[in-house]
Amino acid sequence: MTNLELEKTANEIRKSIVTAVHSAKSGHPGGSLSSADIFTYLYFEEMNIDPKNPKMEDRDRFVLSKGHVAPGLYSTLAERGYFPKEDLVTLRHTGSYLQGHPDMKHIPGVDMSSGSLGQGLSVAVGMAAVGKYDKKDYRVYTLCGDGEIQEGQIWEAAMWAGFKKLDNLVVVVDNNNLQIDGAVDEVCSPYPIDKKFEAFNFHVINIDGNDFDQIRAAFKEARETKGMPTAIIAKTVKGKGVSFMENVCDWHGKAPNDEQYEVAMADLEKVGEALCQK
Amino acid sequence: MSEIKKVATRDSYGNALVELGKEHDDLIVLDADLAGATKTGMFKKAFPERHWDIGIAEANMTGIAAGVAACGKVPFISSFAMFAAGRAYEQVRNAIGYPHLNVKIGATHAGISVGEDGATHQCLEDIGLMREIPGMVVINPADDVEARAAVKAAYEHVGPVYLRFGRLAVPVFNDEATYKFEIGKGIVLKEGTDVTIFATGLCVNETIEAEKMLAADGINAEIINIHTIKPLDRELVVKSALKTGKVVTVEEHSVIGGLGSAVCDVLCEEAPTKVLKIGINDVFGESGPALELIKKYGLDAEGIYKKVKAFVK
Repeated sequence: MTNLELEKTANEIRKSIVTAVHSAKSGHPGGSLSSADIFTYLYFEEMNIDPKNPKMEDRDRFVLSKGHVAPGLYSTLAERGYFPKEDLVTLRHTGSYLQGHPDMKHIPGVDMSSGSLGQGLSVAVGMAAVGKYDKKDYRVYTLCGDGEIQEGQIWEAAMWAGFKKLDNLVVVVDNNNLQIDGAVDEVCSPYPIDKKFEAFNFHVINIDGNDFDQIRAAFKEARETKGMPTAIIAKTVKGKGVSFMENVCDWHGKAPNDEQYEVAMADLEKVGEALCQK
Repeated sequence: MSEIKKVATRDSYGNALVELGKEHDDLIVLDADLAGATKTGMFKKAFPERHWDIGIAEANMTGIAAGVAACGKVPFISSFAMFAAGRAYEQVRNAIGYPHLNVKIGATHAGISVGEDGATHQCLEDIGLMREIPGMVVINPADDVEARAAVKAAYEHVGPVYLRFGRLAVPVFNDEATYKFEIGKGIVLKEGTDVTIFATGLCVNETIEAEKMLAADGINAEIINIHTIKPLDRELVVKSALKTGKVVTVEEHSVIGGLGSAVCDVLCEEAPTKVLKIGINDVFGESGPALELIKKYGLDAEGIYKKVKAFVK
């Protein structure tokens, strides 16, 4: 896909995120929107996957360590064809398979259940270690939050991954700088994030996580990196694409009301129209 | 009279893993810097490429095991019960239990028979913690024969299994030639009519000894070995309780949440019966030689005998 195609796809995914969270009347739009470009690149460009065969044995794996941005993952999976986009409005509804946090048992394309922060990196490390043991060439990707890396288990997992030289593993940190209680550097600063991963024997790449040129270059560099896992520190805008949500902490875990929903969709329509002019 | 053979069930765990490893190359053993104590060191020696030491990081080990299982392998994770079930509880619940992944948890050094290390290392809550997780099988074997059979059954079972082993060498009372292990099936060791004693783990052998003293006093006790706390053998529990009308449970675990609670959960619904729960009475353990602690906390044959006798009177 060209960058323009990726941008258009990401914009459709953002519309789905807002629609799903609005329908659920709860959920996490801010981080879903900040990481939408990363999701888009992974599922439309980077990963070796088959939506018609979600459990394909040697597929690349993705673990959503920051499980609360499930609307971002589900919207991407639906856009990619794993399940009908119409189902997204059942998010968080009683009886829906689209649970509030990822559920691998019932959602096609979800490689691991997640939601409790700090645990997904360990799971991804386990998958990557099996890949190495079996001499398979599948790759494993995981997305962590910049607040999530306050969890100690992240660093237990990072220590072992670096020690075991798992170069089939890529950790993306969605560095939108906001967590529930405020800015990450005001709650409990994780900075410098890059230096920390470097100290745990990762190859580290700093990028603008809402720029497809930089995203593309980073994943290519990760693929070429041998002998160590890669951490991509992706600086992003929380709430990206929706004017009143951008960089506003309060939109971490809140659904737009009907009026706000109309404004949000109008914002994204405008982005879409602008992309069509390109 | 020949000496009774004694084996710690943690040794049974190590031996069984080696045997299973020969037959199944999808079995991977994870440890957290305790390979010597959990006895997975034997597996490491036999299959070094399939023994992954995660370091002192039980939460990470548990999460890694989930990823290993999600890729089709059968991981056995190993640590002391305190850390496997306690420290990593939430990882076990959310990363293994919720997605129902095929991970086996080999937890050694359970109970006060850890001995000298004292309360911080004597896990008395693990059965309770693990049996609350939907879909988790909880097995607490009583001797070497049963423990080795349990490890094999755990491998064959598809889904998460918690296996509880001890540090202390305990008498081997089961006969390997005739012994049969089936997950979820209690074993009637002696039929009786006056009282049913359900025992688990190292308390089974102590209960067998206590029964002899009870018999000398004219009390005809039914002795049942409950190696699987979950799924509990409800049918057998109810049937025996209805027969004797008095029930005692014996376990090296807190009286809150363990075998006693599991038995009461069934009986209160299906056959209300007076139950005496023998175990650790809502206190922490302490340092001391294992056998002295077992005696001090009333879990030896004499302690069990005295309590059952007073209860039956």
